[in-house]
Amino acid sequence: MSDRKTNSELIEAGLARRYRAERRFKMYGIAATTVAMSFLVIMLVAIFVRGVGAFHQTQISQVVFIDPELAKENDWQGMVKASLRETFPDVQERKDKKLLYGLVSNGAGYDVQNRVREDASLVGQNIQLWLPASDDVDMVMKGSVDRSQPESERRVSDLELAWLDKLAADGAIELQFNTRFFTAGDSREPELAGILGAVKGSFLTLMVCLLLSFPLGVMAAIYLEEFAPKNKWTDIIEVNINNLAAVPSIVFGLLGLAMFLGFFGLPRSASLVGGMVLALMTLPTIIIASRLALRAVPPSIREAALAVGASRLQTVLDHVLPLALPGMLTGAIIGMARALGETAPLLMIGMVAFIVDVPAGIMDPATALPVQIYLWADSPERAFTERTAAAIIVLLVFLVVMNVAAVILRKKFEQRW
Amino acid sequence: MYVTPHRRAKIILEKAIIGILVASSMVAIFTTVGIVASVLFESLRFFAEVPLTDFVFGLEWSPQTALRSDQVGSSGSFGAVPLFVGTLLISAIALIVAVPIGLFAAIYLAEYAHVQVRNWVKPLLEMLAGIPTVVYGFFAALVVAPWLRGTGAGLGVDISSESALAAGLVMGIMIIPFISSLSDDVITAVPQAMREGSLGLGATKSETIRKVLLPAALPGIMGSILLAASRAIGETMIVVMAAGMSANLTLNPLETVTAVTVQIVALLTGDQEFDSAKTLAAFALGLALFVTTLVLNIIAHHIVRKYREQYE
Repeated sequence: MSDRKTNSELIEAGLARRYRAERRFKMYGIAATTVAMSFLVIMLVAIFVRGVGAFHQTQISQVVFIDPELAKENDWQGMVKASLRETFPDVQERKDKKLLYGLVSNGAGYDVQNRVREDASLVGQNIQLWLPASDDVDMVMKGSVDRSQPESERRVSDLELAWLDKLAADGAIELQFNTRFFTAGDSREPELAGILGAVKGSFLTLMVCLLLSFPLGVMAAIYLEEFAPKNKWTDIIEVNINNLAAVPSIVFGLLGLAMFLGFFGLPRSASLVGGMVLALMTLPTIIIASRLALRAVPPSIREAALAVGASRLQTVLDHVLPLALPGMLTGAIIGMARALGETAPLLMIGMVAFIVDVPAGIMDPATALPVQIYLWADSPERAFTERTAAAIIVLLVFLVVMNVAAVILRKKFEQRW
Repeated sequence: MYVTPHRRAKIILEKAIIGILVASSMVAIFTTVGIVASVLFESLRFFAEVPLTDFVFGLEWSPQTALRSDQVGSSGSFGAVPLFVGTLLISAIALIVAVPIGLFAAIYLAEYAHVQVRNWVKPLLEMLAGIPTVVYGFFAALVVAPWLRGTGAGLGVDISSESALAAGLVMGIMIIPFISSLSDDVITAVPQAMREGSLGLGATKSETIRKVLLPAALPGIMGSILLAASRAIGETMIVVMAAGMSANLTLNPLETVTAVTVQIVALLTGDQEFDSAKTLAAFALGLALFVTTLVLNIIAHHIVRKYREQYE
């Protein structure tokens, strides 16, 4: 009697402690989940905050006289300089003039040139133009330069700040939507650099990748799922595919370098080679997804087709494949999304060069969006940090769009048998 | 009258098509053979110039070849130990971050969370694995590293701006979903009867998890950790952007270390002729990387499969 009481007393004495342990344990779980989620949020917010500024660019309004003499010499930047001298007539010293010219981007002359090329009758006239400011001015306008710091520690001098204040008072300087960021190729000058070249390179690379890996992956999946006998040979293929999926991406880059560039002699930096390497990388993903899609088609479809006299191949191509195709496409989109974010293998095959021109075809030297991000992240200029983050935002938007497309496709064609 | 000739053509055509299907399924094998061949072949040429023992046991890594070929020490030194140690240090930091977070998140999602919470949180966690590594690299190099350095300076600790800590922390974030997803799967796969047996004896939920579910799921969890480790070792962009170039042999996470993948990128993205020992060294490093990750993966898959068989 007394024994039993002691037992339950013992249990009750421990209960409070055990419940505390229970609550603590659950708290650990919640804390871990929250921490993981907040990492995601912190990272996205940190990138967004840094990058959102790059979608606007400081432009300076100037009246530029299209001097026929200078136009003959192709000195368009000289016209911009002349107009700056006109706006600030009291700047006389050589050193100060140089500073003054630095307010506007080195590439502002191209804007003048393009304008005149469109309309040759402008020669000899005054035209009003919004010209891109230099990156330092851009940073001032975006508030990244601390005016209270001593002059020697700033990248922008007091004199320049005074000019900017005057321009601002005249309404001749403002932040405008940065179209150049979406329409230009790479540049050494942050204010002239854009992502179009990289986006086009990524697009070409992905097209090559898709055209190679999707048919190959689907055909391999059809064979392995529908025709392959269960033997040692097919076992090897399967183990192989699973292991390939786990090979570090940089090793695929080494393969591309040694085989495609070294052995077959394909051109360096071309999106063709990039697409080939990425195709080999995404192949396992597509094979695995396609096999799952084929497996989801019920046997009754195959049996019905075989029963009315279709051959095995006809059964698969005419009846099973159409039903499995949406699932395969979903897998392909997810594979492409992963390929879009890949950087390391592209570095190995030389898609990391500084390329100004937008690539026109798959044999042209190109870079890709993630590689562009890597290159810009290395640049010391403040303005490039901003553009790096902006390029990341663009990349993430592409990825989100692709993944959402995959989800919609899956939802739309999902069938319950 | 119509069937026979048609049939014959069809049979030939079908044979041909199936032949194409077989060929495309062989591409996976060709890829593996291609990887092994290209990496191994170039590595063998490297080891013809630099002895294998120097590479595996050498403590000094300075692949700079001299400008003139007759200069002393023009071959550089290719001791890869500092790189291996650097990679292991960064991966270890990543695992120290990712294993507790991933494991507890998996336990919470599998056993405690409401279905709706789980349906929302799980895909969000998996988003961490879908973000391109170059984005993590940017985050590590331009956000985390300066922040660590600033915090360190505030505390009077000198933290390098290319510390192993920054790279490791961010890599840890990246591999959280590798651990949480697979661990979640194996914990959910533990038979319901084992849960009910333990709860029926009066154990609390956490006691059931710690004393029954985790031991039962341990092989699967180990497998997930090995897969995450292999991912961390082979990861390139985070370390290229956030870790350093100088090959310091140190275990101090606050100092600059370099990693195998960083050196591969460094050796192959500069301008140099294809046949120098420098370029070939990259392939030797690639071989080491390939073999290590392959072994880790095979062990991991083996453990996970063994464990699945137990309950099926």
